[in-house]
Amino acid sequence: MTRNIKIKAGIIVVVILVCIYGIIGLPKSKNELVANWKKNIHLGLDLSGGTQLVMEVQLQDAFKAFADNTIDRMKDEFKKDNIDFSDINRNDPQTLADADKIEIDIKGVPVTKSSAFRSTVNDTFPEWVLIALNSSDYRLTMKPTEALKLKQDTMTQTMGTIERKINGLGLAESSVQPTGRSDAEADLLVQLPGVDDPAHVKQLLQTQAVLEWAEVKDGPFGSREEALSKHGGILPLNTKLVPTVLRGGQQSWYLVSRTPIVRGTDIRDAHASQGELNRWETNFVLTQDAAKKFERYTEANIGNRAAIVVDGQVISAPTIQSRISDTGRITGAASQEEAADLALNLRAGSLPASVHYSEERTVGPSLGADSIREGLRAGLAGLVAVVLFMLFYYRRSGINATLALVLNAIILIAALSYFDATLTLPGIAGVILTIGMAVDSNVLIFERIREELRAGKAVVAAVDAGFSKAFLTIIDTHVTTVVSCAFLFIFGTGPVKGFAVTLVIGLIANIFTAIFVSKTIFDFELAGKRQVAALSI
Amino acid sequence: MELFRNTNYDFLGKKWPFIILSLILTAAGLVSLALKGGPRYGIDFKGGALVTVAFAERPPVDKVRAALAGKLPVDVQEVYGSAGAPQDIIGTDVRDDVALQAARQTIVDSLTATFGKANGKYNLDAGGADALADKLRDPLQAASVPMSDQQLHDLARNIIDYRTQHSGMIRNLDELRSVPGVTPQILNVLKQVTYPEPFAVVKTEVVGPKIGAELQRKAILAVLYALGGMLVYIAFRFEWIYGAAAVIAVFHDTIITIGLFSLFNKEISLTVVAALLTLVGYSMNDTIVTFDRIRENLKLHRREGLEPLINLSVNQTLSRTVLTSGLTLLTALALFLFGGQVLNGFSFALVCGIIVGTYSSVFVASPILIFWHNFLEGRKRPMAGPPPSASKEPASGPRPPAAPKAPKESKTTPKENARRGTAKVK
Repeated sequence: MTRNIKIKAGIIVVVILVCIYGIIGLPKSKNELVANWKKNIHLGLDLSGGTQLVMEVQLQDAFKAFADNTIDRMKDEFKKDNIDFSDINRNDPQTLADADKIEIDIKGVPVTKSSAFRSTVNDTFPEWVLIALNSSDYRLTMKPTEALKLKQDTMTQTMGTIERKINGLGLAESSVQPTGRSDAEADLLVQLPGVDDPAHVKQLLQTQAVLEWAEVKDGPFGSREEALSKHGGILPLNTKLVPTVLRGGQQSWYLVSRTPIVRGTDIRDAHASQGELNRWETNFVLTQDAAKKFERYTEANIGNRAAIVVDGQVISAPTIQSRISDTGRITGAASQEEAADLALNLRAGSLPASVHYSEERTVGPSLGADSIREGLRAGLAGLVAVVLFMLFYYRRSGINATLALVLNAIILIAALSYFDATLTLPGIAGVILTIGMAVDSNVLIFERIREELRAGKAVVAAVDAGFSKAFLTIIDTHVTTVVSCAFLFIFGTGPVKGFAVTLVIGLIANIFTAIFVSKTIFDFELAGKRQVAALSI
Repeated sequence: MELFRNTNYDFLGKKWPFIILSLILTAAGLVSLALKGGPRYGIDFKGGALVTVAFAERPPVDKVRAALAGKLPVDVQEVYGSAGAPQDIIGTDVRDDVALQAARQTIVDSLTATFGKANGKYNLDAGGADALADKLRDPLQAASVPMSDQQLHDLARNIIDYRTQHSGMIRNLDELRSVPGVTPQILNVLKQVTYPEPFAVVKTEVVGPKIGAELQRKAILAVLYALGGMLVYIAFRFEWIYGAAAVIAVFHDTIITIGLFSLFNKEISLTVVAALLTLVGYSMNDTIVTFDRIRENLKLHRREGLEPLINLSVNQTLSRTVLTSGLTLLTALALFLFGGQVLNGFSFALVCGIIVGTYSSVFVASPILIFWHNFLEGRKRPMAGPPPSASKEPASGPRPPAAPKAPKESKTTPKENARRGTAKVK
């Protein structure tokens, strides 16, 4: 065996080992092997089951709210500075595209006050640009930089709120992210693995923060297990365990009553303010009915604790000091922002702007499992048929082709694992197509070798010529397909992108296996034999 | 074993029947498209809702339609899921936003009203493990079945897993005897508080009309750009006319496949678009293999006419073409036959595309080269003059056989024509 072949064989072995490590890691047992496989191979929602939502954040809501807030503040400022006006109003942009065309018109400002008016507006409301319509009427439009900032802030806040709510539901591995399409900056993609009825998630996102005042039965406990073991592993009737908000890595658990004393829908108003020791807190006002209920309860339970549960997490568990009727406050906020967020949640619904669902896809876990089964079955059936045919038609050389095919599949799966790519149904189709192209490469090469043999060349020369002549064709066909995949990737959406990614990886792997690996195997077989009488092809 | 050895079929001599067949297929597809008002887009592209419901036993389709009559304009399609489980795909193309958002709920509610057997019990064929655990906690305690929280969750998980493995449906609660952790006592509790609904929603797709139009635009753009990209690449590797011929051939394949979709009344979804692009790549692959051989033979046999030379090239690559197409078709057929409902449209496009794509390399792309060659020859004859200075052309690389002999004056014209040819494709 020549040195050259040894080096090539070395490269191939290293690639195989790296790939296998990428797929299954270094398992010590069969269970670990399966666990690693599951960890490394990410299945898309169409295979694992789950829900995908695309929502368009109605940014114009945030702009209107911002303008309303500005108008309120302006009225105060003008009063303070003795500036008269007859009317102040904003326009009403209806669509997302018109969001930043928000305008505030101020009418009837006396000419004598115009310079005071200008300086007040410019000093206190730097987000706006002032235009004079005539001597007494003015129009405010938003500065483009400020409009952009408001858009971004709204998106960030919406994403954060949705994330918190989803996490509150205990949906692990969920994700909220921008769709990443440049022409749809207000779109968010929410993926909820394992959820096959998105109705309650959608409802939750649309409704107010779910706030409950619940009776504390026991706690706090350091962990879920600790709480369970204290009660002999069984929760008492009509109770539930609720975790506190995670702060500094610390979390504890309360056992609370399943039926709350009052609910979030009982809240009439809420706002943030600074209380004792300048700590931020959220004050709220209850509706009449709820106030009566709350009063009766607090009166009877002075000295006991009640838990304030927001979106399934305990915010605080104060001891009831006195009878409370219609107003209360929630202390323990870490910052002004947190207190204000909670107030917003309680008051106006959870999101800074309403959302509009433009896409909803749900795949039940059973359908996903069926798809995997059927896709695998079809793929294997195709593969087995192809392999059998190659072995029958090309005999010994068919083994080369089969080895190259298998290695191709291994590299493809390993690459998906290394890139953290998600395998979707179209992705599996991409894998199957890769197998087709891999077969084509081998057929091209083998037919070429046969042709050269027929032309009377010696075996070694025929193999060399076959590979080098087929090489150009293979490069041309593969590059052309990669070019079309690039366009698929750029212009395609989710699943189509997945297809393009798997196909490109497969094609690159194929060039390696069909040309480099297959050639090395041939070289290995032919090495050292100066005169090879016949080739099994 | 060898299938084809030194064949010498006169493919191009028989090109006309195939070209006519191509024209007929294209025309049939286009007529079908015209009559049906364009392709039948799936909800990915036109917007709407699609709810796939599995049934324990197939109900009469009229009953399903009647259940929804007056609530939603629907279209019900009966299909079979894995293991022959009866399923109905209930589609609606309402475009009104509020109705669309509520479509899933409306369908489920209407089916429940017609087929439901609730009696105030909890439906075991919907919802997840946590919800089930919550439902069972108190009744189990009341029935004094001692169970820790962990055990309860495991039990619920096992029951839901069992349902997942059985196509998402439990038909009869007695089936659950085989589930680990279900004792006769627990089964009794299950029977008291739960029941299996005779239908279950296994898949929902809701796409707003706006996003649908957007996707449609993007898909068409993707195809056009992909074709343009390949045209440029082949023009770079070969000659403009080769690029144009290859692109016309794959365009022809795409049109015929879309026509077949229309003829067979199949829907064009996002996955089908992926398949169409696959077949574009596949057909292109096939064409390039043939062109590659023509390029090679042009260097070897300069004296021969183009038609015999192309015939030779097609014959030389014949065994490869038949083998590869046959094997790929085999994989695609496996996908079509066993790949299940979800991949049906995808694999149908592949099967059509592979067949059409293979013959278009021989009978569409190659004749275009010949027509172009003859066209240039025809133009050359009336113009007598000295041969052009071939040295101005790059020495390496192939060129259409006519090019070196073409008079200088016509040198710009073929390029313009080629460009015009491209414009026609787009």
